[in-house]
Amino acid sequence: MMAFFKLLARNRLALVGLIVIGIVVLLAVITPLLPLADPDVTDTPNRFKPPFSSGAILGTDHLGRDLLSRLMWGTRLSLAMGFAAAVIAAALGSAIGIIAGYFGGRTDNLIMRGVDMLMAFPYILLALAIVAALGPGLMNALIAVAAVNVPFFARNIRGITVGIAHKEFVDAARLAGMRDRQIIVSEVLPNVAPVIVIAMSTTVGWMILETAGLSFLGLGSQPPQADLGSMLGEARAALITNPHTSVVPGAMILIIVMGINLLGDGIRDALDPRLKSGALSRPMAATQVDRKDPVPAATNSLLDIAALRTEFRVRGRVYKAVGGVDLHVEKGECLGIIGESGSGKSVTALSVMGLVASPPGVITHGAVHFDGADLIGAPYKNLRSLRGRRVAYIFQDPLATLHPLYRVGDQLIEAIQSHEQVSKPAARARAIDLLKSVRIPNAENRIDSFPYEMSGGMRQRVGIAMALANGPDVIIADEPTTALDVTVQAQILSVLSDLRRDRGLAIIFITHDFGVVGQLCDRVAVMYAGRIVEEGPTDAVLSAPQHPYTSRLIDCVPTLGGGQRKLAAIPGRPPMVDRLPKGCAFADRCDKAQDACRAGDIALVATDAGHKTRCLFPENMERARA
Amino acid sequence: MSIALKLTGLSKSFPVGKRLFGAPRGLVRAVQPIDLTVQTGETLGIVGESGCGKSTLAKMLVGLLAPSTGQIEIEGKTLDNADPAIFGKRIQYVFQDPISSLNPRKTIRQIMEVPLRKLHRMDKATRAARIREIFDAVNLREEFLDRYPHEFSGGQAQRIGIARALAAQARILILDEPVSALDVSVQAQVLNLLADLKGEFGLTYLFISHDLAVVEAVSDRIAVLYFGAVVEVGSAREIFANPRHPYTALLAQSAPEVGRPIAAPENAQTELPDPLSPPAGCAFHERCSFATDQCRAERPVLVADGPDREFACFNPLVSDGEVV
Repeated sequence: MMAFFKLLARNRLALVGLIVIGIVVLLAVITPLLPLADPDVTDTPNRFKPPFSSGAILGTDHLGRDLLSRLMWGTRLSLAMGFAAAVIAAALGSAIGIIAGYFGGRTDNLIMRGVDMLMAFPYILLALAIVAALGPGLMNALIAVAAVNVPFFARNIRGITVGIAHKEFVDAARLAGMRDRQIIVSEVLPNVAPVIVIAMSTTVGWMILETAGLSFLGLGSQPPQADLGSMLGEARAALITNPHTSVVPGAMILIIVMGINLLGDGIRDALDPRLKSGALSRPMAATQVDRKDPVPAATNSLLDIAALRTEFRVRGRVYKAVGGVDLHVEKGECLGIIGESGSGKSVTALSVMGLVASPPGVITHGAVHFDGADLIGAPYKNLRSLRGRRVAYIFQDPLATLHPLYRVGDQLIEAIQSHEQVSKPAARARAIDLLKSVRIPNAENRIDSFPYEMSGGMRQRVGIAMALANGPDVIIADEPTTALDVTVQAQILSVLSDLRRDRGLAIIFITHDFGVVGQLCDRVAVMYAGRIVEEGPTDAVLSAPQHPYTSRLIDCVPTLGGGQRKLAAIPGRPPMVDRLPKGCAFADRCDKAQDACRAGDIALVATDAGHKTRCLFPENMERARA
Repeated sequence: MSIALKLTGLSKSFPVGKRLFGAPRGLVRAVQPIDLTVQTGETLGIVGESGCGKSTLAKMLVGLLAPSTGQIEIEGKTLDNADPAIFGKRIQYVFQDPISSLNPRKTIRQIMEVPLRKLHRMDKATRAARIREIFDAVNLREEFLDRYPHEFSGGQAQRIGIARALAAQARILILDEPVSALDVSVQAQVLNLLADLKGEFGLTYLFISHDLAVVEAVSDRIAVLYFGAVVEVGSAREIFANPRHPYTALLAQSAPEVGRPIAAPENAQTELPDPLSPPAGCAFHERCSFATDQCRAERPVLVADGPDREFACFNPLVSDGEVV
């Protein structure tokens, strides 16, 4: 709750709205206690007194009634009507929406078609028809305004409920013995409630306007009772001669509706989890760079990552996702990066082309040399021309990386044309060749498919084809087969392996699977808590791991053919990267750890040809020396 | 040994192209009629690729989905109305995604209390004592009870999911990909915990996974599913080392293994058949290099071969991988 208010207060406009509405509501509440004139007593000799005259600060109306008093009482009534209508519409509409969304099928169909019919009428016409049928009057206007807003809530809440009703925790509640009614009340409703509050906060203002509209037409509050709409309606005749009688209630409506809408937007922003995580704030085109130390020199490698540090700065905390990584990859070579989630392997890969989202990502140290030129802090124009053309990415989930509304061919053609000026037919022919090169059967027809028409394996092939579109030198593949079935994974790996051989591609392959690394990669780097703990030729690392983390990790992965057995699990969890220990990050989970391990920084030292380990007491050293 | 779970002709079809009135336009057979028995205290592994019907099968077994045909017998009692509240005391489910199977707006204590209250009508003091006992069994600290799900890591959340399943006091657990969302080091912790709990509470497991090595490490017997049908059943020790059905062999060859060269083990042109117009005969024949005219015309049924092997194939592989 406190967090909610803090978030709300960060939004200045919402805070203004909250204050304005707070004052208006407070005044409306205490109106009966204030020393005001009776709002309904007519005094025709004193009609149309201008504002600031004695005895009537805001003047009087066409019947000589005190405008200030009428304004206060009218505001009180309008606010009450608006809130009541919103509550009724939200309660009814949400109930309808939850029932339709939860039960689905025929129930949903019948209810929602009924709601659609209500929505088919222009809402003011519908409200008028309801009032016409029931007769004018405050209560009937309230019913009409509530009724026309029910479909809005029903539709909104139904959509959210459908999503929640298929969540696993609802199934779990069923298995725990809960019945439908209990599930709706205790599982679904708490998850829908924020949306109901959001919908209400953004519609209250609108409902106040609607009730005022009905009163303006004489269908709502009846004389002499004042509400903002009827005050405007009565003042209409004197609009030119005595404008203050219209301006006073008009200004109040403006203040209330503006205040409520500003507050409503603020509430929505504070409650919406997507906005809270900052997902809607647009990241910069390239990762922010904040390097103070000297930049490492270039090497002869095709791609050389040197002492790279990437941090995430979130609310005063610094998460050191990548804490000094050195890696290089040569032409035609496949480098594997292995690690668990949070080890920094993806952030390392994204830092290469400045694709880490900023804010909150910042590259604070090191360099990435590609063909001798430093990419960190390079002008966006240079980065953009390299992205996809020289260094391309393949991501884990092709369904998320392919645009769902465009044909895969058009997306491929766009990728080709963004770096090269080729005609559309030529680009299309190239796209077909690309699809053939990743062994998509029947490429001439498949090029016109939409992503959803393809299987996961086919989509990932398109992802690879897109990465190949501009003939890159380096492909960075971030868990490209994790989401795929084993038989499909085997095919994708064989495609990648062939491409590397045929085109001399350098591949950086990020994965958590030792089997895949063992089959595809020449060298492998093992990452833990943002740093490389071991690096070397794949065979050496996998058969004689030197860092205890590597060997323990290999041990706890079952391999086929081992039979039923107990696995050697690693106790504990990796440290959080915002609270890294002083010494070895693995020390707390390592059974060989000694005081020296926790004393200070441990360097990555060469132990054997091309084999490096960040450990004071490495294992399997006999083999290395032999 | 007694039989914990017996499935007879269990199948599920989903209507597609539903109309407001009248019959649907077509049926997708997600699960073909399946016969399976699981002995008390056994772990039966179920492997298969996405779309093979393993989740549909699991949901039927706990009463979340009504079967189209066939029946489910749990500990000798037939359960034929799909009511999770009745199933719940006998058979429980552990979900794949540990976080999304916990209601984000409830504390762990509130989540844990539901099965005790609804299925066993325990009073407050008994519930608290029971929760303490279970949390102890799954190595979770009691102070976690008053926190919300988002405060937990995947491994901890999965322990909570297992604890909830244990709270119902069911003796059979359906584990639907229980470790596939976890990191490998945590995966081993959870698998070991499951093994310990099985001994401690005398549980029977149905372990569903796409990861052959994991299934092999935890199971006594393994059933291989393809396109909604069981194509081979055998002991965990034998089935991948010595597959008889060509699909089992394909799976075993595809599993990435250190030191084995990459070779796409099948022609890349082939994919799963279209569930709306399933092929005649064996569903695997389009991907099978041993397919004959018989395979294209007739559907093979599961036949026993020796005491602990069943397969559905006209041209099974022999132990050295050649056709008889």
